[in-house]
Amino acid sequence: MVKVKYGISIMLMLMILLGGSIGWTASLPVVGGVLPDLSPGFSLPKPKDGVVIIEIFSMYCPYCQREAPNVNKLYEKIQANPNLKSKMRLVGIGVGNSNYEVDVFKKKYSVTFPLYSDGDFKIHKKLGEPRTPYFIGVKINSDGSHRIFYSKLGEFGDVDAFLAEMIRLSVIK
Amino acid sequence: MKKRSISKYLISFCSFIMTLAIVSAAGAVSDAYKENIYNPGVLKPIDSKVKVKVGQKAPDFTLPAVAGGKIALSQYRGKKNVVLSFVPAAWTPVCSDQWPGYNIVRDMFDAHDAILLGITVDSIPTLFSWTNQMGKLWFPVLSDFWPHGKVAKQYGILRSDGVSERAIFVIDKKGIIRYIDVNDINQRPSLEALIAALGKLK
Repeated sequence: MVKVKYGISIMLMLMILLGGSIGWTASLPVVGGVLPDLSPGFSLPKPKDGVVIIEIFSMYCPYCQREAPNVNKLYEKIQANPNLKSKMRLVGIGVGNSNYEVDVFKKKYSVTFPLYSDGDFKIHKKLGEPRTPYFIGVKINSDGSHRIFYSKLGEFGDVDAFLAEMIRLSVIK
Repeated sequence: MKKRSISKYLISFCSFIMTLAIVSAAGAVSDAYKENIYNPGVLKPIDSKVKVKVGQKAPDFTLPAVAGGKIALSQYRGKKNVVLSFVPAAWTPVCSDQWPGYNIVRDMFDAHDAILLGITVDSIPTLFSWTNQMGKLWFPVLSDFWPHGKVAKQYGILRSDGVSERAIFVIDKKGIIRYIDVNDINQRPSLEALIAALGKLK
């Protein structure tokens, strides 16, 4: 029995050591939950009573490449709407992409919204290693706290329908 | 007795969680491949000894292309710089997200008068199905399937389990090797370093 206890202790110590060295993979963002701390690679913008839409993408992902013009259109529509412009932010995080690769994607698709690089997959792991593209909608409350209202894998398809869904689900005023 | 079996279950559970943690150390995968990517886990970074050197003439080869016909390295002699991109295997995580990236930077290859040749040790039908998920590729994809891995072996990048390393060779118009990157198989090679190597070609 004593041996078994030692065995368990050693196993738990190994798990802690391994977990610390390779980084445990979290679960995917859950609607109703909050985002983990993604610093130092990314800090969540905090537009008061606003919304942040995060696209998890990769320069190497064919669907992200195909979706890029659609995401650009989404940004244009947000910018063109005086009501949304100050309250809705759109950002992209290039998982496994160096600054150079994010820059290649930005230039290739003429992306004008902010893109961040996650070259070492640290953010990707904290978000539960989603396949790409993956979209996360976050509502920022007036007290600075936030809540995830959308978390979904894959291309969003129709731009107007997606924007309407973001407005409806976030209850943005 | 009951406590002992609970302990055994706990040990098994801990081992399972540890295995999951190790296996999860792979890259991002595009949704283009849905649930069809096989994750081999973390592999020995390099498992072969490269047989060619920078400054040496690149060994010539002829391989069948997915698009049909055969392509010989020598057909680009005096015409194009050549980038050989060996990836280990179709339907695996890092490989599946490497060539689609090269697919959007054709202009960077063109700027250096270079053609890209993608090579794996997979068969033509496997490569056909796999590369179809990537969209239309601008560069030829070649099969080094039979005799199995002959070209990979020629270059010294055939691993002990029969797949190739994740390796890049830049060959100039004279057929001389100008850059070699036998990368950690678990990681994508640096695009920046490759483009910089192309920039050094005359």
